[in-house]
Amino acid sequence: MSQATESDVRKDGIIESVSGPVVAARDLDARMNDVVYVGSEGLMGEVIEIEGNVTTIQVYEETSGVSPGEPVEGTGAPLSVDLGPGMLDAIYDGVQRPLDVLEEKMGSAYLDRGVDAPGIDLEKTWAFEPEVEEGDSVEPGDIVGIVPETPSIDHKVMVPPGSEGGEVTAIESGNFTVEETVVELDSGEEIRMRQEWPVRQQRPSVDKETPTEPLISGQRVLDGLFPIAKGGTAAIPGPFGSGKTVTQHQLAKWADADIVVYVGCGERGNEMTEVIEDFPELEDPITGNALMDRTCLIANTSNMPVAARESCVYTGITIAEYFRDMGYDVALMADSTSRWAEAMREISSRLEEMPGEEGYPAYLSARLSAFYERAGYFTNINGTEGSVSVIGAVSPPGGDFSEPVTQNTLRIVKTFWALDADLAERRHFPSINWNESYSLYREQLDPWFVDNVRDDWPETRQWAIDTLDEEAELQEIVQLVGKDALPEDQQLTLEIARYLREAWLQQNAFHPTDTYCEPGKTYRIMDAIKTYNDEAFEALDAGVPVEELTDIDAAPRLNRIGVQEEYNEYIDELEDDIASELRELY
Amino acid sequence: MKEYQTITEISGPLVFVETDEPVGYDEIVEIEIGDGQTRRGQVLESASDYVAIQVFEGTEGIDRDASVRFLGETMKMPVTEDLLGRVMDGTGQPIDGGPEIVPDERQDIVGAAINPYSREYPEEFIQTGVSAIDGMNTLVRGQKLPIFSASGLPHNDLALQIARQASVPEEEEGSEEGSEFAVIFGAMGITAEEANEFMDDFERTGALERSVVFMNLADDPAVERTITPRLALTTAEYLAFEKDYHVLVILTDMTNYCEALREIGAAREEVPGRRGYPGYMYTDLAQLYERAGRIEGRDGSVTQIPILTMPGDDDTHPIPDLTGYITEGQIYIDRDLNSQGVQPPINVLPSLSRLMDDGIGEGLTRVDHADVKDQIFAAYAEGEDLRDLVNIVGREALSDLDNKYLDFADRFEDEFIDQGTQTNRDIDDTIELGWNLLSMLPKDALNRIDEELIEEHYREDGTTEEVAAD
Repeated sequence: MSQATESDVRKDGIIESVSGPVVAARDLDARMNDVVYVGSEGLMGEVIEIEGNVTTIQVYEETSGVSPGEPVEGTGAPLSVDLGPGMLDAIYDGVQRPLDVLEEKMGSAYLDRGVDAPGIDLEKTWAFEPEVEEGDSVEPGDIVGIVPETPSIDHKVMVPPGSEGGEVTAIESGNFTVEETVVELDSGEEIRMRQEWPVRQQRPSVDKETPTEPLISGQRVLDGLFPIAKGGTAAIPGPFGSGKTVTQHQLAKWADADIVVYVGCGERGNEMTEVIEDFPELEDPITGNALMDRTCLIANTSNMPVAARESCVYTGITIAEYFRDMGYDVALMADSTSRWAEAMREISSRLEEMPGEEGYPAYLSARLSAFYERAGYFTNINGTEGSVSVIGAVSPPGGDFSEPVTQNTLRIVKTFWALDADLAERRHFPSINWNESYSLYREQLDPWFVDNVRDDWPETRQWAIDTLDEEAELQEIVQLVGKDALPEDQQLTLEIARYLREAWLQQNAFHPTDTYCEPGKTYRIMDAIKTYNDEAFEALDAGVPVEELTDIDAAPRLNRIGVQEEYNEYIDELEDDIASELRELY
Repeated sequence: MKEYQTITEISGPLVFVETDEPVGYDEIVEIEIGDGQTRRGQVLESASDYVAIQVFEGTEGIDRDASVRFLGETMKMPVTEDLLGRVMDGTGQPIDGGPEIVPDERQDIVGAAINPYSREYPEEFIQTGVSAIDGMNTLVRGQKLPIFSASGLPHNDLALQIARQASVPEEEEGSEEGSEFAVIFGAMGITAEEANEFMDDFERTGALERSVVFMNLADDPAVERTITPRLALTTAEYLAFEKDYHVLVILTDMTNYCEALREIGAAREEVPGRRGYPGYMYTDLAQLYERAGRIEGRDGSVTQIPILTMPGDDDTHPIPDLTGYITEGQIYIDRDLNSQGVQPPINVLPSLSRLMDDGIGEGLTRVDHADVKDQIFAAYAEGEDLRDLVNIVGREALSDLDNKYLDFADRFEDEFIDQGTQTNRDIDDTIELGWNLLSMLPKDALNRIDEELIEEHYREDGTTEEVAAD
């Protein structure tokens, strides 16, 4: 997290009472949301309520052993993050303390208390290449230089939004630390690579545009049926064990964003470790570089202090916005927003606030919408365009989508990927229910798919949707009378729909090839099933019994397309075989 | 150490004391009552002029004259390797009549969170000898995998079977390098009869020597239950990360633990969350469950099997629900299977092991493990679905393939799941058994299995390879 450097030192206070993560102090001179250091160990906290002479603080660390009478020191600054080169490939806790640095400083595998560390390495030097010259006039947001931060990403050094701008009087290339001045302006202002930004405040932009490009995820059910736009918002609610985290991991691995910010909010420690161990070894399918080169991880596991869980999503989105300002497409995954909401509830109940629905504070809905509104496709203040896409997992208690967090989230987001425990039980993964899910971006993204994949993408997709819909209706009848009682054409539709489910919607995240499916392949699998459908229905019209149509040898090969690397040849051959086998029947 | 005789209020498990010196949050307190008895407690809230104390051993007999001492430190557990083989009560006092425990160290029972950066990802297979777990929902070292059960079901038998049979492949090969297996058993609010069942089994099988037992029985004070699992886990961490043991922690019954949390919450007049349980129950449970795992550079590991009984068999109840969101999967004990006489009655369909995929396969278990598991899941789910249908339309109305799925589901339960509590199957036997069953289905229907593996293992003539009975 950002080290308090403000000279605005205020009067210290004295602890009055301690109850879990909530501490009350008296005589503290602080503003709302200021960061303070609590007790003789200097635990980090944030002011969340001021009442007369008593200031209430949420503490980001364990408070065992802290007693009344100990001092509270104000910093005069709100909770901020350090922004600059060094954030990619990093892993932070909820208040942007790098976990690797903490391990070193604490000399222990356990998280100790009262240890602080800057969010970016202040000692490391970076190669700075100017983008402007002496005499150029610059304004807030303007890119003054470039630092090759990782093989995939050029870090763009920008004039901070709070600056007044002016004429460049000195600038040179070379190796600098993030705290050294790289640009001087005629106003006397010195620009460094590092800037700070308060996490609870949105970074400024000129305009928010309507997104028209999809965020390709490499997951057939998402790209094919429920696409999300770059700059869009999506929610993944589902009961435990339905595959939220695997879906989020898949998105973090394969989404075609420039930058991925992954916020593990109140989730499992082993899962975060999996990400830390896996990502450096995985290749970005687009650039071929290590995935970590474009990834920033924020890990606040479920046993880490609850107040830091409340702040971790803000830390994440502020970092995302900073990269957006450089003109990048950023995808932020928050797993899980329910833990964030529960952290709000826990703090709220310790403050004895009047609870709203199910004990959540009355401001739950406002906080959720303010957070998701920070997503979007923006024109930045420096004229570049960038986007922040937000994908939030929701963990509804008992899998009941009518609970407040799911409901308030659904009112805001435009893509809904409903995870289904029944599908998960039969190991249909990703277990996204195609009847309940939706994407409101479908129409506005169709032109992109038509231009970039295939011109009949929308029609073929509609055929798939219709077939799956019909299957759902037919299944109800089958449950009553059995499959054999149906007319032959409906039996055939059931068989085709089965292939749509098994060969197209199902995807094996753990198979090296199947884990990522480019849009062209998504289209071709769908189209191969449609070919089978069209040929089979023609044969049926010619009087061939349905058993013979579904029994052809080539059909089960549809299920194997997903794992084929050279899929085009495989599908060409398969389509020919299906057609010739079927045509032999009449 | 200052003594106070200024108790102002006693309510349920809570005691409020006026103080004139600051007292640390979470600090340990001793309360001495008239007859010389001492009760221990912990500071729940500390203000400048009063503190609220939660008393572990119950507040009976405490009056306003009782004297209160603040010990100036948070609760510690004395740990040593000599704890192995010992039996203690729920507060860590020995009850086996053995010698006094001489601690090597005293460790804080509220364990600090493991830095996710310092963890090592669990991917070493633990063989439990139970096919439904090894084959379908594999347990790995460092995992937390709860058993979701309900009243009247044999979850204790399963826990004992796992404790008895659990082994890791390297242990069998004898390439042991000092990492031994230890079992920590933390009982919260179980009946004396259940406790005897566990103790008898431990003694009979000699498992006690490598075990540490913490017993809080049903008639022990409820509040004490909130520290029992912390003592157990502190001991586990010590043995795992300082003494290189592979520790299996069995905690039963988490439902009683949560009831105790609720009792304290209610006494403090907190705003209740769902069904009266405190809003911080997720955080609290996470602080227990997350103490499973492995740490980079240490040889030992902590694996947790918490057992909980779902009130009304309802897995949407807050206790199983929150648990499921924290743990890495769950094993469901099923009432129908139990009444059919299937032992252990594990319903594999809703059961799940999240860490399985990285813990199985070539070099870990067998190269065909993942495919066989996926195919069995799909086939059994299909068979289960058809059972509903067959009740309406009868077997004759179903296709040949559907009838095979039905037979598959029956045989899967009879042969694969129902192995009895005394049978210990190794992973080879379990997977071969899987192939025997899958070979009932036509090759075409095995769409989750790699073609080469089908060629290698599919039993063409329908005969089955002999699988050792135990």
